[in-house]
Amino acid sequence: MKIQFTACKAVFLGACILMLMCRPGWTANPDLLMATTTSTDNTGLLDYLAPHFTEATGIEIKWTATGTGKALELGKRCDVDVLLVHAPDAEKQYVADGYGINRQPIMYNDFVVIGPKSDPADIRGKTTKAALDAIQASGSRFVSRGDDSGTHKKEIALWRAAGLTRPDKASWYIQTGQGMLPSINIAAEQSGYILTDRGTYIKYAHDKGGSPPLVIVVEGGDMLRNQYSVIQVSPENCPDVKADQARAFSGWMAGKQAQQLIDGFRLLDKKLFISNADQ
Amino acid sequence: MDFILQGTAQALELLFSGDPETYSAVAATLTVSSYAMAASLAMGIPLGFALGHLEFAGKRQMRLVVDTLLSLPTVFIGLLVYAFVSRQGPLGEMGLLFTLPGIAMGQTILALPIVIALSATAIENTDAGLRTTLLSLGAGRRHLVTGTLWEARHAILAAALTAYGRVMTEVGISMMVGGNIKWHTRTITTAIALETGKGQFATGIALGLVLLAIAFGVNAGVSFLRRK
Repeated sequence: MKIQFTACKAVFLGACILMLMCRPGWTANPDLLMATTTSTDNTGLLDYLAPHFTEATGIEIKWTATGTGKALELGKRCDVDVLLVHAPDAEKQYVADGYGINRQPIMYNDFVVIGPKSDPADIRGKTTKAALDAIQASGSRFVSRGDDSGTHKKEIALWRAAGLTRPDKASWYIQTGQGMLPSINIAAEQSGYILTDRGTYIKYAHDKGGSPPLVIVVEGGDMLRNQYSVIQVSPENCPDVKADQARAFSGWMAGKQAQQLIDGFRLLDKKLFISNADQ
Repeated sequence: MDFILQGTAQALELLFSGDPETYSAVAATLTVSSYAMAASLAMGIPLGFALGHLEFAGKRQMRLVVDTLLSLPTVFIGLLVYAFVSRQGPLGEMGLLFTLPGIAMGQTILALPIVIALSATAIENTDAGLRTTLLSLGAGRRHLVTGTLWEARHAILAAALTAYGRVMTEVGISMMVGGNIKWHTRTITTAIALETGKGQFATGIALGLVLLAIAFGVNAGVSFLRRK
């Protein structure tokens, strides 16, 4: 009996080791590493596009979703091959500094300010400047990403354009340091206002079954345009970068197939992003 | 509240329907934690034995250092490892960033102090007469070592299980070094963080229960191996 039991143990241990060794290895496809903003990932856009890209080019794409600030930093440090980001001013500076090449506009949507239906600061339909003024004057809660993302950069620019100092330490100004959807959820819990891109908002509304607690209160105007672009990490700055695959991705995203796919990506019957590579 | 019940039902569904995303995260978690445990046990048990068994100058200070390292925050380890494995870091050539071995490296740093500290305590707590007994039985140096380790085996196994629990449940290292890349470096814990962030609480709860189920499986396996 005793010997049988020991044998049984040995078989069990062997099976455990075998199971660990037999897990599928890395794929043989040439792969490409991208750093991108949370909005393209949180909305599900990349999950939707990636299989089409792999089918068209044979390249597998892997991405890490983070704020635009960190995405640019990852590219600067040569840790990724390509970027999909949305902070045009920072991007142009980035390319000018020699860290990236071939900035290719891909799609856009717009930023909107969303807030509770009761609209405590009474900003519905106002301009962003008037809205921020009213929020500050009434001390209504405002949720900020606070993470150097594209949306955060835009928010800082909006405070500046409104001629206001950003209320860094005000008790009603909540800096989350988290991604877009997490921050919207925090704003909903706190009944606060928040700046978001429209794509992520539609996704949020969709997740809430079409009747979200936060609604759009301010929209429209040139200041609120939100442009997304692909930037290839500069092979001069980073000799090991997968430059060919990165170029293939940039080209595919700007091409007809991807542009049509982007326009076809809808939730609640609304486009989350609008293609504009040809402009 | 209702998402807890909903999550429990979903956990069963994910496990039994063979949901590929869940199984990919399960595989990633098992792979990194196995690498990390193998490395930390291989290094930690000999070091723990030395720390518990030998007498040397500075032993108490060394012990203090190891005990302090038990408090290493995982995000801090993640940042340290990132600094090393980033392409411009000293180990950048190896391409470990955003890979499972990269995460395992960080988790080894997390587990090592636990294995060392607890196995040193295990060795210290072996019967004081054990050494004399072994020597009187004519044990050589090697037998003294194996004899002492054998005597402390249950406590060392407990140390390993404690370290395993910590490694499998950490999220800071996996997030920073792994980048939470779908199908590749997304572990159960980073998936929970992501789903929770997206407001998909039920899915988060479900994945948490999946993690617990795996922990149960591992502990049941160890318990089976320990049976006499």
